[in-house]
Amino acid sequence: MTDFLVKVATQNGLITAFAVVGFITVVASSLSARLTAGRVHASAIAIVIGLVLAYVGGRVTGGNKGVADWTMLSGISLMGGAMLRDFTIVATAFEVDPRHLREAGVLGAVSLLLGTVVPFVVGVVVARCFGYTDPVVLTTIGAGAVTYIVGPVTGAALGASSDILALSVSAGLLKAILVMVGTPLAARALHLTTPRSAMVFGGLAGTVSGVTAGLAATDRRLVPYGALVATFHTGIGCLICPSVFFLIVRAWMS
Amino acid sequence: MIYGTAVLAACYLVGLTLGEWLGAWMGIKANVGGVGLAMLLLLIARWLSRRQDADKPLLGGVTFWAGMYIPVVVATALQLDVHKALGAGFIALIAAVVTVLACGLLVRWINRHEPAIASPISELSDVDD
Repeated sequence: MTDFLVKVATQNGLITAFAVVGFITVVASSLSARLTAGRVHASAIAIVIGLVLAYVGGRVTGGNKGVADWTMLSGISLMGGAMLRDFTIVATAFEVDPRHLREAGVLGAVSLLLGTVVPFVVGVVVARCFGYTDPVVLTTIGAGAVTYIVGPVTGAALGASSDILALSVSAGLLKAILVMVGTPLAARALHLTTPRSAMVFGGLAGTVSGVTAGLAATDRRLVPYGALVATFHTGIGCLICPSVFFLIVRAWMS
Repeated sequence: MIYGTAVLAACYLVGLTLGEWLGAWMGIKANVGGVGLAMLLLLIARWLSRRQDADKPLLGGVTFWAGMYIPVVVATALQLDVHKALGAGFIALIAAVVTVLACGLLVRWINRHEPAIASPISELSDVDD
């Protein structure tokens, strides 16, 4: 009987993923209602459960896809992959009020720029403090602090070694995780209440998955505003990190 | 249902194609704002369909996928390489923590004139949870 169940679950990966995520959401909702009287958003709890299980999955299987390295749960990587993530983000735009976009357009662009410069500078300075002097390494780690996609793209363009690439991805991934978990906790301090504030947040916090998960766990209606700005982050980072920023770092180190 | 999903899919594909094209035009190996462009296209599609009073059939297909957003993010969290990220060493952790703090302070500073709590938008938000 269990053999058949495993077989069916493996062959129908995406459907299994729907069921598993649904189950996690039910558990999260009941934890949210019973333990925190609804104060901590159910989606925040579900995301934390997801991250913890992903840690366990990585530890047990030794793979790099969290729980998706268990064959039975391989559908999770399809459900949580870039395709469905971006598709559902686009769908949330249906609830966007264009007036808010025009209001905060310039501010969004400014925060987008700051959100690229600040993490890069922090990444480079931290790497420098740890004794790295090679401009390629410094730039790759700085780019990783922008997002975990900008890091490897920049590193690959500059020819950084694979351990530096891994370090750079990890910096970006840790940032995404911190943003996911921290946003609902810090929402009040960040004044995340209006579409405008969500766009500023989307520009500065960068990382699409971090921003959208963090906003989803704070106030679902803010998601599209944050996402709309944050999705430009990777492109801008990939544009200026391996070019302008690299030249500046190289000039600084020589 | 399929009508809304198809419109959404068309916006998504066109947006990402434009993003790829923009990236190639700038000479970089990345999609530049493809998702953002797709979102804008969807807004245009909604506006066009509203003008012809034809947005009702769109609604079901699009709101279904918008509602799937949070479950998809949970799945994203489930397949991240958390184990390796936590084990990568101090430098990645410090870079991440300092970045988040610095950006958080900036967000707080820029948003200082926004209300800190309970605007109408937050009160309306819990409907579909």
